Amino acid sequence: MADMTATSPGAAPQGLQTADGRPLKAALAASQARAKRRAFYLVAPLLAFVLLTFVLPIGQLLSRSVSDPRFIENVDRSSGEVTPIMVELRDWFKANPPGTEPDEAAYQALAQGLAQLAELRGQGDVGTRINYEAPGTRSLFTKTARRADDLEAPFKEAILDVDEDWADPVLWQAMRDASSRYTINFYLAALDMTRDVDGNIVNVPEDRQVYLLLFKRTAILSVLITVTTLVLGFPVAYLLATLPLRYSNLLMILVLLPFWTSLLVRTTSWMVLLQSQGVVNDLLVWAGIIGDDGRIQMIYNQMGTVIAMTHILLPFTVLPLYSVMRPIKPSYVRAARSLGATSWTAFRRVYLPQTVPGIGAGALLVFILAVGYYITPALVGGSSGQLISNLIAFHMQNSLNWSLAAALASLLLAGVLVLYWLYDRLVGIDNLKLG
Amino acid sequence: MDVTTPMVEFDRVQKSYDGESLVVKDLNLAMPKGEFLTMLGPSGSGKTTCLMMLAGFETATNGEIRLAGKEINHIPPHKRGIGMVFQNYALFPHMTVAENLSFPLEVRGMDRGTRETKIKRALDMVQMGKFASRRPAQLSGGQQQRIALARALVFEPDLVLMDEPLGALDKQLREHMQFEIKHLHESLGITVVYVTHDQSEALTMSDRVAVFNDGKIQQLAPPEDLYERPDNSFVAQFIGENNKLSGKIEALDGETATVRLHSGELIGATAVNIGGAGSETLVSIRPERVEFRHDRIQEGWHTLDAEVLEFIYMGDLFRTRLRVAGHDDFVMKCRNIQGQERLSPGQRVKIGWHPADARALDPV
Amino acid sequence: MKRTLILTSALVAAGVAAQAEELAVMSWGGAYSKSQVEAYHKPFTEKTGVTVVDVVADNPATPIKAQVEAGNVTVDVADVEYADAMALCDEGLLEEIDPSILAAGADGTAAMDDFLPGAVTDCFVATIVFSTMYAYDDTVFTGEKPTTIADFFDLEKFPGKRGLRKTPKVNLEMALMADGVAPDEVYDMLETDEGLDRAFAKLDTIKDSVVWWEAGAQPPQLLADGEVAMTTAYNGRIFAAAVSEGKPFVSVFNGQVYEYDGYVIPLGAPNKDLAMEFLAFATQTQQLADQAKWISYGPARKSSGPLVGLFEDGKTEMGPYMPTAEQNLEVALPSNFEFWADRNVELSERFNAWLAN
Repeated sequence: MADMTATSPGAAPQGLQTADGRPLKAALAASQARAKRRAFYLVAPLLAFVLLTFVLPIGQLLSRSVSDPRFIENVDRSSGEVTPIMVELRDWFKANPPGTEPDEAAYQALAQGLAQLAELRGQGDVGTRINYEAPGTRSLFTKTARRADDLEAPFKEAILDVDEDWADPVLWQAMRDASSRYTINFYLAALDMTRDVDGNIVNVPEDRQVYLLLFKRTAILSVLITVTTLVLGFPVAYLLATLPLRYSNLLMILVLLPFWTSLLVRTTSWMVLLQSQGVVNDLLVWAGIIGDDGRIQMIYNQMGTVIAMTHILLPFTVLPLYSVMRPIKPSYVRAARSLGATSWTAFRRVYLPQTVPGIGAGALLVFILAVGYYITPALVGGSSGQLISNLIAFHMQNSLNWSLAAALASLLLAGVLVLYWLYDRLVGIDNLKLG
Repeated sequence: MDVTTPMVEFDRVQKSYDGESLVVKDLNLAMPKGEFLTMLGPSGSGKTTCLMMLAGFETATNGEIRLAGKEINHIPPHKRGIGMVFQNYALFPHMTVAENLSFPLEVRGMDRGTRETKIKRALDMVQMGKFASRRPAQLSGGQQQRIALARALVFEPDLVLMDEPLGALDKQLREHMQFEIKHLHESLGITVVYVTHDQSEALTMSDRVAVFNDGKIQQLAPPEDLYERPDNSFVAQFIGENNKLSGKIEALDGETATVRLHSGELIGATAVNIGGAGSETLVSIRPERVEFRHDRIQEGWHTLDAEVLEFIYMGDLFRTRLRVAGHDDFVMKCRNIQGQERLSPGQRVKIGWHPADARALDPV
Repeated sequence: MKRTLILTSALVAAGVAAQAEELAVMSWGGAYSKSQVEAYHKPFTEKTGVTVVDVVADNPATPIKAQVEAGNVTVDVADVEYADAMALCDEGLLEEIDPSILAAGADGTAAMDDFLPGAVTDCFVATIVFSTMYAYDDTVFTGEKPTTIADFFDLEKFPGKRGLRKTPKVNLEMALMADGVAPDEVYDMLETDEGLDRAFAKLDTIKDSVVWWEAGAQPPQLLADGEVAMTTAYNGRIFAAAVSEGKPFVSVFNGQVYEYDGYVIPLGAPNKDLAMEFLAFATQTQQLADQAKWISYGPARKSSGPLVGLFEDGKTEMGPYMPTAEQNLEVALPSNFEFWADRNVELSERFNAWLAN
């Protein structure tokens, strides 16, 4: 060692060295740096793409779900300029604990805020924001802001004169909640909970509870769809894997057909087939299985959702199963049979366990897709076949309560991640074969 | 079981897959208990089909297959009690070695204690006792082979079928395993039907070899007979290396035939499988029975003129390709003994052999 | 389907925005869009040379919200319901419209006096009065025919599936009217919890027999397929199916809910000036009267009324099919935009909960 350091000064005192005296590790790193750089350049576009289209939106989604600052700042839609609003009122909230009866100072702050809103044309936004938490109050803001210039002291009287609903403690609690930039209220709403006048967390009235029910229904229907696709897909995949190539190719085309059909065509054909005056019912009536007045409602309800989604998602179970079954040699089952197992035992103990990675992959894939599907249930699900994703879409497109949509979506995401984790614990994620 | 009752019997068995052609044509075969019989033949000769019919994975189209005197045509595979070793071992990848061995015992409803004893004994038998908790994927090819063997034997079947079990191993390991299987066969007293397309494997291991071609058994005989006394040109050609000289029967005198080669020379040969005088024949001579040194060619031997075309040094052997009687592919093998002469291309020599080594067979 | 439509409209509109002399107008599709193309788009193109591209959405208010929020506006003019226009305007999602650009009536009346009361607001100019009423297939009910809104909710007397739009709006009003509430008390009633409960309770009585529709083109289809025995619908759609396609559909205006529908310009429309020009052109007396030739919606200008004549087939008198015809207004309710601007979110949530349970 001492000799080596002497002959190659400046080199690391320990570790192997190259023939010309450089440390081996450094030489290796240098020789590989070029290849590594090149590899990085190759994946860089994908990395950027994933960051832009996946990581950023999910980050945005998460931040949206805890924040809707429309009560705090006004964004001018044409210039993008941000103006803080309701400053005085928010200060009043800070100075006074929850449940404080709003005094003249509070109403004066409110009047100042409304006047500013009238100028900015921001009363609609603020009204919408507060309306999420205190329904039916949107018009208070639009109405009162229109008359903000005429408001004079004493402000309490003047404002209550415009509409006495301003005295509603629910409204004040809602404004107090909206004064902080970050809130868990959207998550509460997504779990059918809300805050009462004193800021305590309570369940919403029973006739308004919908999200938990839909989460549950989504989970149940997704499990049902997953099981159905497995039961239907397993024999098909087995046939695909064991038939001679020319037949299996034909069968494969049939399996993939749903992929290649446009959504509109598919939906129309479901309607033609499944509606109560449709082909399937006609056939059943013709065959005398059901009476003309006993036609089965197979569309615009849960059954429609299950049938249609099973149809769409079937390839997602068949393909992983097929890819797992294809390399399973017939000799395994033969070996089991020769060792004394009946064909059922051979299937159960030798064939089936070897398809578990495919079953797992297919089931996970179908379940996750089913949980997030919304177009199909919207089209054929009627009212009882709606899933949680339909409400997310509703809040994205119709009510524009994006924060609630984000909260619901985040909960869904969390649910899927939990499932993924469970799968990893139970089966092992490396035991997953997608094809 | 009556001692004289054959363990396995094929009685006029035929098999067709498509209803148009026969893969197995009129197979008749009887195996006594304890025999090691090899089915040898090129691929497509029907040997594997025969094995599969015996195992129960294929059904005979016609004829009877009997196991210990009992017809088994309609008995499902799992009730036949036959052990089987597959070409690629077919060890269950999701089970450990012990679980693989336990499987046939479990389906037979044996209790845990019995199973463990039997598994241990079977693993020890193939010297794999330490590997009980491994998965097949963690084992080498040779180790997997041993486990497959142990699994086929663990439930103590009387008959074990082996379908090219050593095909995936390298040469050295294969030879080693050949001896081990042979050894197990002898020590356990089981009956073995072994399928291979490797003739040296067949010769090394078997009591008798059935050479298959074209759906028929061409010859069923002990290895020595097969090599030394092939019944027809196919067997002569398939087993070991072989020189063929084509000609016509000039005269036939009991066991001895005189053959006029197409190049004009006249040679004597042992008549085995030929028609009468005037019919075509192939005379077969093993390369190692050919001599070129004057001092070794003895009285009464046939001699022919030859031209050396190629000389190959093979270590233990010298392989010389010659042009003889118009044939360019006549091979002569000489042992690399002290003082052995090395021929060079272009050299002309006189070669000869003992008349008993030349066998006049059917023309192909 | 909805997403596909939005997507295609967005794509179409994006293509449009690239070329200067094109104008993207978003509307509801089907017979209604056709009437606009005939009465507004074609004459406008003839006059100015500007190509008008017809973009379709289930409810144009929905994509507008999304487009303006996302800062990616691709349509120039959109046809929306009154309540939606009010809400969009309050949220600052629309361009303000200067009423002075609107043409005076053909008879010389000043524009603001010529339009029906409230038909012109800061951001909205009404073109039509449309109604949500119900219709049934005449061949289904061979005996007694449904005549009142109460009959729609009466499954015993008139068995069969019902079609309803998947929104709380209109359904709650109709439910109360069917339950015997006088039209002018409906909204007061809906302001109270008891009233809401009563409306939902009435809806409960037919809930299991309802097929929900979303796009205006669906109800005539549901009727034609025999999927429903009766369905609520936009009156013009039923008219189009009955009169132009000869379907045996009968409209029942008893218990109808009518409201304005008209044009708005989304904030940041790519061709804003051209859009204003189009809007002024389309809302002239003659154009509004012309539209009634193609579909049975009432013009929003008084001066257009006398000019409405026969349907395009040249023989059908339009008068009786108009929601504003006297005999149709006996039990009728003008939609209260303020109520819905305030309550839509809350009631949609309750409605969704009710649907799901």
